[in-house]
Amino acid sequence: MITGRMTGALRDAGLSALIALGLFAPLIGLLTENGEHGLGLRGRPFAVAVVVVLVFLGRLIMLSRAPRTVAARAEGPGLAMRRAGRALAPALLVFALLLPLGGSRYYVDLATLVLTYIMLGWGLNVVVGLAGLLDLGYVAFYAVGAYSYALLAEAFGLGFWTCLPLAGIMAAFAGILLGFPVLRLRGDYLAIVTLAFGEIIRIVLINWVSLTHGPSGITGIPRPTLFGLAFSMDGGAGTFAGFFDIEPETIQRVTFLYYVILALALVTNWFTLRLRRTPLGRAWEALREDETACRSLGINVTNTKLTAFAIGAMFGGFAGAFFATRQAFISPESFTFIESATVLAIVVLGGLGSQLGVALAAIVMVGGLELLRSFLSFLAENLGSDLFAGIANELPLYRMLVFGLALVVVMVLRPRGMVSTRVPTVTLGPA
Amino acid sequence: MAYAVQQLINGVTLGMIYGLIAVGYTMVYGIIGMINFAHGDIFMIGAFLSLIALLGLASLGITAVPIALALTLIFAAGLAALYGWTVERVAYRPLRGSFRLAPLISAIGMSIVLQNFVQVSQGARVKPLDTMIPGGFQIMETDGFAVRLSWMQIAIAVTTLFILAVFTWLVTRTPLGRRMRACEQDLRMASLLGIDTGLTISVTFVIGAALAAVAGLMFLMYYGVIDFFIGFIAGVKAFTAAVLGGIGSLPGAVLGGLLIGLIEVFWSAYFSVEYKDVAAFAILIVALIFLPTGILGRAEVEKV
Repeated sequence: MITGRMTGALRDAGLSALIALGLFAPLIGLLTENGEHGLGLRGRPFAVAVVVVLVFLGRLIMLSRAPRTVAARAEGPGLAMRRAGRALAPALLVFALLLPLGGSRYYVDLATLVLTYIMLGWGLNVVVGLAGLLDLGYVAFYAVGAYSYALLAEAFGLGFWTCLPLAGIMAAFAGILLGFPVLRLRGDYLAIVTLAFGEIIRIVLINWVSLTHGPSGITGIPRPTLFGLAFSMDGGAGTFAGFFDIEPETIQRVTFLYYVILALALVTNWFTLRLRRTPLGRAWEALREDETACRSLGINVTNTKLTAFAIGAMFGGFAGAFFATRQAFISPESFTFIESATVLAIVVLGGLGSQLGVALAAIVMVGGLELLRSFLSFLAENLGSDLFAGIANELPLYRMLVFGLALVVVMVLRPRGMVSTRVPTVTLGPA
Repeated sequence: MAYAVQQLINGVTLGMIYGLIAVGYTMVYGIIGMINFAHGDIFMIGAFLSLIALLGLASLGITAVPIALALTLIFAAGLAALYGWTVERVAYRPLRGSFRLAPLISAIGMSIVLQNFVQVSQGARVKPLDTMIPGGFQIMETDGFAVRLSWMQIAIAVTTLFILAVFTWLVTRTPLGRRMRACEQDLRMASLLGIDTGLTISVTFVIGAALAAVAGLMFLMYYGVIDFFIGFIAGVKAFTAAVLGGIGSLPGAVLGGLLIGLIEVFWSAYFSVEYKDVAAFAILIVALIFLPTGILGRAEVEKV
């Protein structure tokens, strides 16, 4: 009996390896290279062999594990995780508040980046996680926010704090403009329309040179001020350093930017948590679960979706304005589909609708990967190893591959999220 | 006048490529009601497989153009079909009966995977290929502008029409085609009547991927350059074609493809090249708003 299962598993794994050979032999095994006489081929049999063996072993391991029931799959991380989450969230918050005290510029910069993605994730979470609308062009609203601020600052000399709400409003407006006609349609059409919209925005940004300066981007975007105190290096009377009578240093500005994005992200979180308890928030969640039932209960489906879409876009716009002020330079390069995909991967991996899950996913996917890269290059420098240096250089290339795989694997194994699960706020009967 | 005729010829050629990809979208949508985002990337993989096959055949000394192209077509279509089958098996089949967004998210994940897999394995730089079918002939000349019809364009048109004829025969005249149409009408009823719906869905993906690979080979021959990103734009355009023609309708997909090809070419010729993708994407949005059932599609009734 057991040997029967073993042979079956071996045969199955062998078949998988054979298919893998067919899939990967040409694309991995034969590299197209530019030689002297145009393109040529270079063989890489070793790489193919490694991949095929990996597939064989992977399949064998998959088959040897006992099959889980459907119920166990649907259940997700469950109660223990939620209880742990209650303690984890305040701990993370305290850690985030104290982080700059460490005084390391590298970590503060990295944390700022992670927080930007957390904020984007929370913004997209309103759209995808709560209302169940798949938005594949979220980066468009991020771009609208960033360019709104950059252009307003350039044309009218407005400061960051004036432009922040304006950037949010502009992004929300873009969301309404796009959503109004499209949201009446079936859900999956929305996905492809938002995908197309993201591309349209990027192409317009590249080609409308008279307004956006085209591919060269906008430089010299003003930095934010603390109640009118600038973080400039001259240390004059109107600056932060001059007012408090201390030496001006870059770390002060970096730390200030960190607290700005932390505050923005926390506002996003608080706003979302409050919204979820309003009738509107309940309607979103109901919409996610069953649209037809919502309609029959008299919920205005289009308006409810539109609100979610606009609010999500607004948070994207805020994050965009922050991105512009932090970088002091923006160009269409920063707003590609890869960004949308990254944010979507964070939301999906974190668990659609779960605030804490999104934060954890962003920390792992953005922060963890960057730490891994810097650790590998640190090893490469100290050990003088070419292997580690190579991996560190190649790592960004594999980033999107990992994100894409994560989307598929999460959907297949735990559709409601890897890290945490957001169950509907109210349910009928014993949950 | 002559200029417009030339654009017409170019537009039809491009439209045939889009039409071939659109057929894959519309078949999958018809049978399981999902947008297969990875389909555009299967097209891209088909183009890469064609490139590798052509280079491989050249290094083996097989340079006779008809033989090389026929072998390449078989190789690329066969392996792309394997990709289509695997994608369905790995990313879509386990999700039957999962929640609403799951197949869509999985599909977009698969699209990212395929794109980046090719970027990692074949590099990010564009791959140029010399023209294999040079020349053509002049059909008319007015105001000093000569209208040319290249052998390549004829080859593309003839191949597309041949492939579509075979495909139409397959869907309308064979038992396999009857099973596919039955599954399209009602998947559960078809399975109650003893049709292996899993197999039928797999076959749908295999055929769609093979057609996309043919389109990939044509794209490679026509433009002479490919990179890992061509599937993204071509995919959205072909999907637009499927929507425009009426999603679920096979003649509609080809018609929509021709329309999108013509619109894109005429837009580039008379307005601006930079915004040709914007034009195609804007048509998608406009078509969805004003003509959601498409030209040849049926209105969709949602049953509970």
